[in-house]
This record gives sequence, structure tokens and C-alpha cells, in this order.
Amino acid sequence: MDEAQLQVFIDGTIHYFTQASDEPADVGTPYLIGEEQTVADEYTGIIGISGKRRGTVYFTAGPGLLKVLLMSLGETDLSHEFLCDLVGEVANTISGNARRSFGSDFMISVPLVVKGQPERIHSPNNLRSFVVPINWRSHQAALVITIE
Amino acid sequence: MLSRNRTEADAGMKMMIVDDSNIIRRKIERSTELDGVRIIGKASNGVEAVHLFEKTHPDLVTMDITMPEMDGIECVERLVDLKPDVLILVVSALSDKSTAIEALKKGANGFLCKPFTDKQLNQALAELIRGE
Repeated sequence: MDEAQLQVFIDGTIHYFTQASDEPADVGTPYLIGEEQTVADEYTGIIGISGKRRGTVYFTAGPGLLKVLLMSLGETDLSHEFLCDLVGEVANTISGNARRSFGSDFMISVPLVVKGQPERIHSPNNLRSFVVPINWRSHQAALVITIE
Repeated sequence: MLSRNRTEADAGMKMMIVDDSNIIRRKIERSTELDGVRIIGKASNGVEAVHLFEKTHPDLVTMDITMPEMDGIECVERLVDLKPDVLILVVSALSDKSTAIEALKKGANGFLCKPFTDKQLNQALAELIRGE
């Protein structure tokens, strides 16, 4: 994945938070992690990528950020079930929006949501992952992209 | 947007919301502020949507695409078979042109990309109802 392709996800992340909350996210400098490393907070929404490219895109965040984001969306139910739903929906939206650049053969799965720290999120061919740090309203989250 | 003629019937339109995210279903329900539009049901996948549609006969549907069981593209086709003049607004994160074109070819009338604001949702629904 080159810099321009990574930028698609950065732009998608900024766009998501701006639309959802009127307050853009501050995206930090992306960095690479090794194939055995996982960056994960309490809630993680994972999208499987298939088609011409293969891999995973996941959004991971703590309950603090997710609760504030739910409130920004006008939601009053801040239960565990809704935090799971939201973390999957963010991952789904950012990945789906990437098709504007990658095309319709960038196939995305329905979200898989993991609560707690997964030991490892498997991707094909043991690719290294790009981590995009996200700061929003004093909360931290990350988007992790592992794509062929 | 593709259009179909709507006249007096618009005064009391029944709307169904289809999305696998409960947050999005509830957001669409809360955000819809159009006179005469009444939410009559919500479904979390295409199969559920077809069953609910057969029971409630809505005039207007918001439809996600990426869903388990049956995706939104297939569901659009099924709903249009059941009621050819149903108005369907696809509300999806899949923002490539070919997805929108495929949905329109199957019988959808409009496309709104996620994430959306309340204003964008109401504008898209209003345009659909006006046949724009």
C-alpha cells in the first residue's frame, strides 16, 4: 500500500468524524507495526477485505470515545450493545467509503466486533499493518489497515 | 435520481428502514422530519425486510447495502418485484459509482452516502418523494 492509498483512509476517517459530530478528528502520523503486533483498545470493529485486494481494516476505540460519539449521533442508549454496533459501523463506513478510490472490486465484509484485546488479527501473507492514530475530543482511537 | 410519479398518495407515506446497524436505524427514525411520512417498521437485513414489506406495504424505504442474510441490492430487486412503484433510497457507505448505478438499475430511486447529516437525509428523502 502506498502513501496515496493510505491517504484515502486518513481522509475517510476525518470525513467520518466531521459528518458524525461536526468536530473533525485529529489524525496523527501513521506508523507501521510488525506482523505479530496488534493495536487494540476495548472495542474493535474488523472489516475483511476481499476481491482484487485482500486484508483487513479495523477501527479500535475505548468506551469513552464511543459513548461521546453515540451522543453526537443523538443516541441516548450508551449500552455495551450500542458500543459494539458503533465500532463496527465506523469500520464499515470508512472501509466502504474507500471504494470511491479503490473501486467496486474492493469488497468489504459485514463487521466483526471484538470486545477486549484480541491476541492477533489475522491477515493474509503476514502483511505489516499501518496504524493511523486518531485523537478526537481528548479521546484516542486507531484505524489499522493491512492490505495487499 | 430516477423518479416515479407520486401525487395525492404522498400525503400519508409509510416508510420502512432497513439497516443492519441499530444505531443507524434509530438515527434515520429520529432524523426523518418530513410531513406525512410515518415510520411503520425497521428491518436488520434483506430477508427480514422482505417479510416486513409483505406485511406492511410501505411506500418509501431506506436501504443499506452491506448486510447479512440478504444484501441491499438483492433486496431492492425483491421489493420492486412486490411493489413496482415503491420509492427506495439506498443509504450506504459503499461510495463508488458502480454500486450506486447497480442499485438504481435494480429499481432504487436515489442514493445517499454514509456518513450523512440529518439535513442530507431529509433532503434526499424529500427529493425522492418529489420525484427529482
